[in-house]
Amino acid sequence: MKPLYSRRNVPFELYEANILNADEKELLRISSELGLSLNLQEMKKIKKYFEEKCRNPTDVELQTLGQTWSEHCFHKTFKGIIRTSEGEVIDSLFKMYIAKAAEELKKTWCVSVFEDNAGIIQFEDDMAVAVKVETHNHPSAIEPFGGAATGTGGVIRDVLGVWAEPIACTDVLGFGSLDYDYNELPPGIKHPKYIYRMVVAGIGHYGNNMGIPTVNGAIYFDESYVGNVVVYCGCIGILPVKKYIKNAKPGHKIVLAGGRTGRDGIHGVTFASLELTEESEEKSRPAVQIANPIEEEKLARAIIAIRDLELASSITDLGGGGLSSAVGETAHKFGCGARVELDKVTLKHPRMAPWEIYISESQERMLLTVPEENLDRVMEIFKSEEVEASDIGKLTDDEQLRITFHGHLVADLEIGFLFSPPLPQRFAEWRQPGYEEPRFREPRKLGRILLEVLSSPNVASKESVIRTYDHEVKGNTVVKPLCGRHGGPSDAAVLKPLNYSWRGLVISCGMNPRYGKVDPYWMAASAIDEALRNNIAVGGRRVALLDNFVWGTPEKPDRLGGLLRACKACYRFSKGFGAPFISGKDSLYNESPLGPVTPTLLITAVGVIPDIRRTVTMDLKTSGNLLYLLGKTYPELGGSEYYRLMGFIGRSVPKVQLEDARKTMNKLTEAIDSGCVESCHDLSEGGLGVAAAEMAFSGDIGVEIWLDKVARSPGLQRNDYILFSESNSRFLVEVSEANKGRFEEIMEDSIYSMIGRTVEGNRFVVYGLDGKEIINLGLKEMMHVWKKTLGG
Amino acid sequence: MKKEEVKICIIRVGGTNCDREAKRSFKDLGVKAEVKHFNRLVEKNSLQEFDGLVIPGGFSFGDYVRAGAILAKSLTARLRRELELFIDEGKPILGICNGFQVLVEAGLLPGFNGISDYPEAALATNIPIGYRCMWVYLRHENSGRCIFTRNIPQGDVLRIPVAHAEGRFIFPREEESRLLERLLENDQLVFRYCLNDGRPAEGAFPENPNGAFYDIAGICDPSGTIFGLMPHPERAFYGWQLPDWTRMRRLSKFADGRAIFSSMIEYITRKF
Repeated sequence: MKPLYSRRNVPFELYEANILNADEKELLRISSELGLSLNLQEMKKIKKYFEEKCRNPTDVELQTLGQTWSEHCFHKTFKGIIRTSEGEVIDSLFKMYIAKAAEELKKTWCVSVFEDNAGIIQFEDDMAVAVKVETHNHPSAIEPFGGAATGTGGVIRDVLGVWAEPIACTDVLGFGSLDYDYNELPPGIKHPKYIYRMVVAGIGHYGNNMGIPTVNGAIYFDESYVGNVVVYCGCIGILPVKKYIKNAKPGHKIVLAGGRTGRDGIHGVTFASLELTEESEEKSRPAVQIANPIEEEKLARAIIAIRDLELASSITDLGGGGLSSAVGETAHKFGCGARVELDKVTLKHPRMAPWEIYISESQERMLLTVPEENLDRVMEIFKSEEVEASDIGKLTDDEQLRITFHGHLVADLEIGFLFSPPLPQRFAEWRQPGYEEPRFREPRKLGRILLEVLSSPNVASKESVIRTYDHEVKGNTVVKPLCGRHGGPSDAAVLKPLNYSWRGLVISCGMNPRYGKVDPYWMAASAIDEALRNNIAVGGRRVALLDNFVWGTPEKPDRLGGLLRACKACYRFSKGFGAPFISGKDSLYNESPLGPVTPTLLITAVGVIPDIRRTVTMDLKTSGNLLYLLGKTYPELGGSEYYRLMGFIGRSVPKVQLEDARKTMNKLTEAIDSGCVESCHDLSEGGLGVAAAEMAFSGDIGVEIWLDKVARSPGLQRNDYILFSESNSRFLVEVSEANKGRFEEIMEDSIYSMIGRTVEGNRFVVYGLDGKEIINLGLKEMMHVWKKTLGG
Repeated sequence: MKKEEVKICIIRVGGTNCDREAKRSFKDLGVKAEVKHFNRLVEKNSLQEFDGLVIPGGFSFGDYVRAGAILAKSLTARLRRELELFIDEGKPILGICNGFQVLVEAGLLPGFNGISDYPEAALATNIPIGYRCMWVYLRHENSGRCIFTRNIPQGDVLRIPVAHAEGRFIFPREEESRLLERLLENDQLVFRYCLNDGRPAEGAFPENPNGAFYDIAGICDPSGTIFGLMPHPERAFYGWQLPDWTRMRRLSKFADGRAIFSSMIEYITRKF
């Protein structure tokens, strides 16, 4: 019997796999032993390809295919065919739902949607903004500091990878309960508190060191995140539209710049396409990269200089898959082939095998294509910033990828083959979880309950984390993550990126994992509504969205069934709100010995405000003003913080009434523009009770609220439900007596109610449906419990 | 010298990251400001072309070894003569945050007897430990020596943000009181962290955000032309940068940090 592998007679390590004689079992063995994470269908396609070539593949070739065909790089689940138990056939979730809304909406301000490293939208005149959000869950589970730091570093490079200068970062994190019992922790899983501290430190380390403000984010706690930490890192950049250059041609040089290539980050993408196991730590530690933000700071300076002089013809970052995906994707995108001389790559360790060099995910590296006549000047710029760069090959006109190492051909593949993995056909079956709506009597002491909701980790102040991030560097942060007198939780961040213009960029997010337990459809709809709400509450409009899915294993029909539902909601509500998706990313296979991750969708919203001086914050401004509740309150407490506190999940997950929601949002924008909104806060976790409390103590202004005035569905007759319902599309707005008439005129035809007023003193008083006082709390006490939970 | 002729050099190396907003502050005041890579400045030997020098915030060379240590050594090793000449002519040097750390590491501050071979003070790890980004109140303590705060009346309270992990100003423990006396005698104390009414923070967090000795936030050298501070005046230049500007009846055009830059420029235009 011929051995499975044989070493080629060359002066370095190069193996070929005897795929031509391999049976199905052996094919899978090769995939597993080389860490390719390819399935049988894929291995068979590779075998067939090499049968036609009458030769066996080298390790470089197999690894290149393993990287390019991985879920992480190719998004097979979103591009593949899905059949459902109801007989539906979906040819690509991505095409049918995510991208379709943007296609149909045809917004002229979209510059580049889903086709590049980041989505690009117009900002003002000839300036555009680029936005990208990534997940870095698997690495952060293994090595939280490095995983989170390189997540930030990676998404910053995505933005550099469309020639944009990074101006802000975002981070949304999901952890298990910080007081999780150590004894319950399965082997191989790190304690949530450790992960929390290190992830926060990692994100701060990268953003702060690079001088990019971290301006928006959120932290959620959920049992399912114990085994599957969730780390979303986002970055926003700015660029002149005409510098968005992508015209690489055969003959252009391929330049690799930045940090050296090492053994860190080998098989990051294939590892991200697997479930985490007890052995993940030991096996996959090398998959986590090492962060060096100062290197990236220098790299960014050089790239912006090269951009401004228009010296390069294309750019992309090296992320998942390293050189293999950067080179392959560049050649594929421009219809070229490529020659790569791997010995020209500068290395951290001598004697790396060519396959390691080609797929290493070492950080802080970018790939440029440069017309030969500009090569010297490009190299000069890198040198002046003390950044290493090497000319490692060139684009060709033959659509063939040929890689050499010290003069020996180590890979020879058609680019076309590289980008045609067999797409999976999967089966989806959504099953409604059996949660029942709980029945319990209205508690008597609602004041105490409000304090408990305020102190719940999901609601509590994130100040202790936010302060460790520099949110002001660059000096353009107009609305910071904390606002008012006492560090109130801003709904969105506002930036003023151009010195010469008052136009502002509004960044917000929405995420409701607890609703995902009940129904991913309404979870997705709610996340979109929340992201929009947060944006509009400060004065944002013309909003573009980004989707980031964190899901379980798509081969399991129920997981895929839920994903399909979420995608359907994305299409319907993106289209309905006129807010196109411009970029997104999915992270699947988030399963651990403790089970799958709660279906989680982060929606990031990027809007604009024509003049930042019109911006509204959420802290109450003065006593003697009126409080209006916009939107209608329904008995929607499924997945709410209130139910969680009472020990339930429930069934009545909040829905989105599209027509009403649109009307409320449009009218609110009009009211903000008219100048009659003093403060405004969206209602989310903890509903009206939490929103009103946060507004009061952030502004140090007393409040009186009458629950009987709340516009609500007819059957809703419980104080606790009205206070803590999480119905979507609602805002609490402060308006002065003088502007009452004007405000009500603007709001006409929409659902709103005047529910209270701001008062002298420092009490927070709520009157129940029968007109009796049911809550009377001091602002200090409320703020104290809200700040204490994550206080230090 | 006319304002339009004033040329400020903002120095940068790998890891510097507050150079752009520093430049904007000077440009807004109508003077020329150039961001210069340290290596270019050394290669071209061009420091004397400038009328003022700024070492902005960031993490120069990653703050490896100690915050500001590598850039400080680079300055004194590769630019010592030029720097001395610059200082002797009375040209002002401003160090913000990481820049302050550099000036202390380089022996330029407090500089009791000129440039010292060893640091005479340190900006140590914050107490409580950790990086912190927040707004603080500063009381202006200087009686007129410091040329960077001449537009600010003594006793005024300013609001400017800090963002650092190593900002705790300390003297050697055994010489603390002696050196403090000297600092006060020379009128080298410029800013102290304080409460919003100007009373000293007396070391209490969060008013004193890093545990600095005697609430010291910024000092100058005996000549008053070299000044370093931990807070970021370039982030408190415009009214809309204030953390609570939406609470104000009328948005003020500028914020408190501007006076530091305008004082520096006025000094240059008068002197040269």
